[in-house]
Amino acid sequence: MTDRRPPFWQREKYTPYLLLLPAVLTILFVVLLPLIFSLYTSFTGYRLIRPESLWQWVGLRNYERIFGDRDFWVAFGRTVIFLTIALNLEFLLGLGIALLINKITWGQRTLRTIMMFPMMFSPILVGYQFKFVFNDNIGILNNALQALGLSDGAIPWLVDKYLANFAIIFAEVWMSTSVFAILLLAGLFAMPRDPLEAAKVDGCNAWQVFRHITLPFLMPFVFIAMTIRSLDVARAYDIVDVMTGGGPAGRTELLWTLIARVGYDNARMGQANAMAYVSIVLSIAFTYYFFTKLMAARRYMGGAD
Amino acid sequence: MGRTLRKRLAAVGLWLLTFVLMVIMCVPGLWVVLTAFRPNAEVLAKPPVWIPENPSLNNFAKIFGFGADQVAIPVPAYFANSLIIALTSTVIALLIGMSGGYAFARYRFRFKNGLFLGLMLSRTVPGIALSLPIFIIWSRLGLIDAKLGLIIVYVALNVPFTIWLIDGFFRQIPKEMSEAAQVDGCTRWQAFWKIEFPLAKSGIASAGIFAFLTSWNEYALASNLTRSTDSKTLPVGLMDFTAQFTIDWAGMSAMAVIIIVPALILTFLVQKHLIAGLTFSGVKG
Repeated sequence: MTDRRPPFWQREKYTPYLLLLPAVLTILFVVLLPLIFSLYTSFTGYRLIRPESLWQWVGLRNYERIFGDRDFWVAFGRTVIFLTIALNLEFLLGLGIALLINKITWGQRTLRTIMMFPMMFSPILVGYQFKFVFNDNIGILNNALQALGLSDGAIPWLVDKYLANFAIIFAEVWMSTSVFAILLLAGLFAMPRDPLEAAKVDGCNAWQVFRHITLPFLMPFVFIAMTIRSLDVARAYDIVDVMTGGGPAGRTELLWTLIARVGYDNARMGQANAMAYVSIVLSIAFTYYFFTKLMAARRYMGGAD
Repeated sequence: MGRTLRKRLAAVGLWLLTFVLMVIMCVPGLWVVLTAFRPNAEVLAKPPVWIPENPSLNNFAKIFGFGADQVAIPVPAYFANSLIIALTSTVIALLIGMSGGYAFARYRFRFKNGLFLGLMLSRTVPGIALSLPIFIIWSRLGLIDAKLGLIIVYVALNVPFTIWLIDGFFRQIPKEMSEAAQVDGCTRWQAFWKIEFPLAKSGIASAGIFAFLTSWNEYALASNLTRSTDSKTLPVGLMDFTAQFTIDWAGMSAMAVIIIVPALILTFLVQKHLIAGLTFSGVKG
């Protein structure tokens, strides 16, 4: 052993930071720097077609305008409702499918594979697929309904206010239910058998077993699924952009399609970035909420081990 | 005897019920896949023709420029762009992710939880919200409509999730193994490549496949950062089919199949590891 201290990059204490440096630099350059920039432009009247407007400081005017903008708040409310309905439906359907498949002992692998089918579709494909299914003239849904004699006209699935919103939620749920199902199934597989047997011996009925044993055990897996889903929930933009583009007349406008329209189509970048910031805060709040729930559940599981 | 029979019947009934439910769930996707193999006339037929009567590869031939009539959409160029961009960004994201995942799995250091949370939160920023400022900065740097521009973005998009997964896989390998190797005279670097890397290889591969699929399927950013055949990817190219007044559903479905097939194969390969990695790092962290 020599007395000479190694240079700092070889010291054990700094190794983890060096190992993380590439990751941190990438995120700084591609996520944080643009975010700081967009935070700045959200205080300017920046328009894409007039580059000099980047230096036109307008203070909080963009944000003030947002607060008075009815379209924005309608889209905001619709996004929150969309997320709430979609995530809850995906959770309930995913749980149902997972419980069903978990009961099956023979040929389970086949069913599991079929279940994974929607997971392989990219959001943009899901969008096209359901634009196709729900199309009022040539869509397979109307076509099938007419062939079965259940409807005689063309139902305007993607035009009517309620039907169009139903259609985009349907597409989103179709795409993401299997993610929940597969993660909850993994949780069910990991579940110890003894408490279940013990509860049955003690005379609990199926509902009581589910409510007091299965469900609490599954909760960490539910939060993992929720965290993963909230990481990429904005992929719903792809679906909606393709299916309806937020229209007709803004009837299916979500925060994300509105941002794209204001930023690119109307070229009002400053205004769009202010909106984007509100949507980022919304996303981070969603994810942070589930992440802390996950950490709590994880500690609980660790203690139970 | 009667009771076991009834039990068995109930099991078969349950299986059938689940099977039918699953198939119904798959119908919209199957419809698109089947449509790729039928002529356009059959798409519009009333009542609907479910199974193609004369399945053919015509739609694929058209897309790739064989046969009498062609589609004026440069699918081969899009395919090449998608492949180059997805592969390159995956390899880089894996290298960065391995280094970062190893740090989280094997070291204790200050700000560890904060850094981890920060990396994860960076992934929550909606693609469209990120695309506006990136569009402005990239256009200053000349990275609009360039493959490199998308590659850089996709690396950053994949790094957090790759770190999460790889962290989980390294945790599963007992620390003692590499410590023993170091006692026997290996450096930490050698111990990593000879002991830990081979053990985590399948996990790292599945993280790679996952990163590849994310890049392969991404649309929101690509649609705003690409302009021409120099950099347009398959998901963006799909939009070309609707540029005309009418939509060429059959051709589009054929292109959809081209996008799905690699995803299909890779998802099957990765599913087991992916679930193991996610649940492990989630529950046992």
